[in-house]
Amino acid sequence: MLNRRNFLTAAVGVAAATGLTACAKDDGGSGGSSSGGGGDKKITLGFSQVGSESGWRSANTDSIKSAAKEAGYNLKFSDAQQKQENQISAIRSYIAQKVDVIAFSPVVVTGWDAVLKEAKAAKIPVILTDRSVETKDESLFVTLVGSDFTDEGRRAAKILEKVLEKAGHKGKVKIAQLEGTTGAAPAIERAKGFKEVMDAEHKDDWKIVVSQTGDFTRAGGKQVMAAFLQSNPDIDVLFAHNDDMGIGAIQAIEAAGKKPGKDILIVTVDGVKDGFVAMSEGKINAIVECNPLLGPQLMEVVQTVKDGGTVDRWIKTKESDFMQDQAKDALPTRKY
Amino acid sequence: MSTPSAATTSRWRALTHHHLFWPVAVLVALLLVNVPFTPDFFSIKMTDGHLYGSLVSIVLFGSPLILVAVGMTLVIATGGIDLSVGAVVAITGALTCSYISDQADQNALSGVFLAMGVGLVAAVVCGLWNGFLVARMGIQPIIATLIIMVAGRGVAQLITDGQIITINSEPYKLIGGGYWLTLPFSIFVVAVVVAVTVALTRRTALGLLVESVGGNAEASRLVGIRSRRIKIMVYVFCALCAGIAGLMISSNTSAADGNNAGLWIELDAILAVVIGGTSLLGGRFSIGGTVIGALVIQTLTTTIYTIGVPTQTNLVFKAAVVIVVCLLQSPKFRAKVFGAKFGPKSGATSGGSAAAEPAKTVTTAEAAPKMEVS
Repeated sequence: MLNRRNFLTAAVGVAAATGLTACAKDDGGSGGSSSGGGGDKKITLGFSQVGSESGWRSANTDSIKSAAKEAGYNLKFSDAQQKQENQISAIRSYIAQKVDVIAFSPVVVTGWDAVLKEAKAAKIPVILTDRSVETKDESLFVTLVGSDFTDEGRRAAKILEKVLEKAGHKGKVKIAQLEGTTGAAPAIERAKGFKEVMDAEHKDDWKIVVSQTGDFTRAGGKQVMAAFLQSNPDIDVLFAHNDDMGIGAIQAIEAAGKKPGKDILIVTVDGVKDGFVAMSEGKINAIVECNPLLGPQLMEVVQTVKDGGTVDRWIKTKESDFMQDQAKDALPTRKY
Repeated sequence: MSTPSAATTSRWRALTHHHLFWPVAVLVALLLVNVPFTPDFFSIKMTDGHLYGSLVSIVLFGSPLILVAVGMTLVIATGGIDLSVGAVVAITGALTCSYISDQADQNALSGVFLAMGVGLVAAVVCGLWNGFLVARMGIQPIIATLIIMVAGRGVAQLITDGQIITINSEPYKLIGGGYWLTLPFSIFVVAVVVAVTVALTRRTALGLLVESVGGNAEASRLVGIRSRRIKIMVYVFCALCAGIAGLMISSNTSAADGNNAGLWIELDAILAVVIGGTSLLGGRFSIGGTVIGALVIQTLTTTIYTIGVPTQTNLVFKAAVVIVVCLLQSPKFRAKVFGAKFGPKSGATSGGSAAAEPAKTVTTAEAAPKMEVS
């Protein structure tokens, strides 16, 4: 009896704790929507975000909120906190509220058919952002606005050619790779794209000597790089799947008494502010941008779709590559 | 002929029966595995005025885990468990770094100390909350600490605003990433915490009280031990250790990451405690074993990075090693496997299979009461 009571108390405590966080997030969401204001002919956009797991993601959220405000749309925003069921219920509530367009960044790739069919039945167009879904029925969503991770990998390999040329590196190139979270789409596809170019054009001289996951985190990047430097002291190049792992690796390289950016050339993906700071200090050689600021592009697509226009199935985010000499100029424009 | 070999057998038996034998054996084995993959794995050289080498990295990166695991040992010794340590790591790092980043002069010592104080106070508050729920409200430890495990990471994100806070503070960098007297500073922090813990639990009656609470909380209360107070104390101590680990982790990368700092460290810490030979049922504990256990886990992680295990099989590899370690720790398993395989073999060298038989019975006979005592 006592045990059961204890368990109940605890269960209520946990439920209250999670409930509180959920409420807090919801408040933030409705705050965002009310800031859009209320008008008669305004387009109402229902947006369901994955969560707020990284700096990249919060920049993405900010971009969408501010772009909606600028375009004068009424934005209904909700944060799914990494849970598909939250996202599905958010989309259902948007359908019930009869919004004009629904957009969302899917938490996972599968399991969307039912809710997307409901949206289709209600004649509400659905736009995906950042990540795609797997479905047999292509008519369930209009388009995907997001990055091409495989292409980011290819671009990283291409820009590495330039970096090597600039550094005057000749002959064999020993590459260490810091992969993202195992199984995550960006990690798999960036590695794939990089390897594609490497196998096609540099089969004889480039070689990935070590490759491990650093979980997209600084601590992970630092620890893995420290181990790499022990087992392969003669690494020439580091390719990190995101800036944060690169920044961690820089610290490990420095602790080993080497100069990042000189003794070991570094190419990373993302282009967050701290990455640009490191590049302006000469510690990163090149950054392949993965742009989270897709708000303006999303709003354009929303307008076109609402006006009955046709759009491509995949609208790729506008992204660029940066070399060291561009770092100082680009740094002030970095918002995240 | 039989006398010297019998002497070696008994010495060998005394050695293998020491409670730290198997954890140390595994640690040594893991270190040796690295040698073919990492040239001069054991060599340590001077770089930029500090020591540098694989062993130094293992201790440096393993320090936070050792601290968390030492705190966890005492909690587990009282029959509890603390799942919230990872969240406490995140909260402490987030608070401290956000406080430092607000300072005009991030290198000012007073500001850094104040920031660390703020972070550690938050950690202690988390510990008091856990202790209150477990000891006063009688909630199952696994549920009570789950609350902060879930909500705490949210709090950390709230503090950092979902961003990674980067700081640029030389004094703060020292605690988790700096060097002092050519050694990583974190080694000294760990040494002090471990020494204080050992002194408090082994030189005073405190350790005995903790063990008796873990053995039987009600009986302890009836003989006059304030078991509730002891429990609250161990949760606070555990949170404080996690707090210091949080300072180290954030200082190591000079950044606070509310999402990822100390993620899953609670599981590694529990594993370290178990590898170190402390029973999850509570009662007897071994701080030395826990330190070895934490080093085993860190060495295992480093090994995975250096021997080129494909990333997809990382966790399977880790699991396989952990299973082997746990099996080696089990006296029943050893009696079954080594009794059958190694028994006759060692018997043959000492001159007869009859000698092996009593040895086997001794193993099981000694193992059984040992389990009951702990």
